[in-house]
Amino acid sequence: MVTAETVWAALDEIPDPEIPIISLVELGVIRDVAVDGGRVRIEFTPTFLGCPALEAMKSALEATVAALGAEPEIAVIQDDSWSTDRITAAGREKLRTAGFAPPPPRSAGPTTLVQLQSKAFRCPYCNSNETRLENIFGPTPCRSIRWCESCRQPFEQFKTI
Amino acid sequence: MNERAQLLLSIADDELILGWRDSEWTGIAPTLEEDVAFSSIAQNEIGHARALYELAAQELGTDSDALAFDRDPGEYRCAPLVELHLLDWAHTIARRYLYEEADRVRINALMHSDDAELAGLAAKIDREETYHRMHAELWAARLAAEPRFRSAVEELWPFALGVLEQELRPDLAQRVGLDVVAAHERGEHTPELAELWNVMTEVRRSIPGAQW
Repeated sequence: MVTAETVWAALDEIPDPEIPIISLVELGVIRDVAVDGGRVRIEFTPTFLGCPALEAMKSALEATVAALGAEPEIAVIQDDSWSTDRITAAGREKLRTAGFAPPPPRSAGPTTLVQLQSKAFRCPYCNSNETRLENIFGPTPCRSIRWCESCRQPFEQFKTI
Repeated sequence: MNERAQLLLSIADDELILGWRDSEWTGIAPTLEEDVAFSSIAQNEIGHARALYELAAQELGTDSDALAFDRDPGEYRCAPLVELHLLDWAHTIARRYLYEEADRVRINALMHSDDAELAGLAAKIDREETYHRMHAELWAARLAAEPRFRSAVEELWPFALGVLEQELRPDLAQRVGLDVVAAHERGEHTPELAELWNVMTEVRRSIPGAQW
């Protein structure tokens, strides 16, 4: 008999399809797990709508629940309940060690260009804040490209949303 | 088709067709940075289209791919602005800028809608659009004094008005600093749409019903 705890633990083993160092639980895309007998309902709140990994995440959730011997129901929640603030502290640290600068916290209003051009962003390799914005856009919708003046290399910066 | 489905399809079609047009710069934009920017923006606009098609599909008892690819060109509800095949960078940037300004007015109205599902999705889209707006505003500021850009904005202005319902047009005019004029209305398709559709749906039409 599965419990919500065993489901959460199993979901925490599912790697993000594009950044496998962090799990879907650490990414904050699981909003709720409800167990009803042999059925498990998961509320999945997607990251960026343009992310090509959303289908892969949904299939991985279904397969993981099925492997626990339960019947999965994945409810995709298409509202603004996911934000980069949902990435856990452990998830942020894993991102940083993998060379992805974690997203700064959301402020009251939307992120501005002035903020992106400020010194608030640290290089994930050398921790210097002598970094500058190279491109608002990067290899995936969730990332920007910055350049570190101290260690002289580009790095990927998670966008805050 | 009810009003809600019509509204959802209008916005989804705008996002899909503009996403397609923007993706035409992949590989040939003036700089590598813009190549990446246009590709990423296009990908995200098409993601917004998919989410909107999914809501419309629940309403109409079909699926998002069928709505995106299986209708005839005449059934699309997009505004003529997004259909135009623009080969000039000044016009391309003028369209991005005008579309983002119009879309901002529209999303803001949807976020205050009584339709909780649509308001929630609009709020999610709004967060992502923050970055598209930054890109458009940067370029509009950079090219503000360039005659080619100014004339492109003026030329596309009646098309931009056609993205919005009548009651939202004064807001857009105020933001852009131009007057409300007769618009190129939604539903009057350009010949460019049928050409785009032929390419966009070619693979899907080649083997009907195939799972890719």
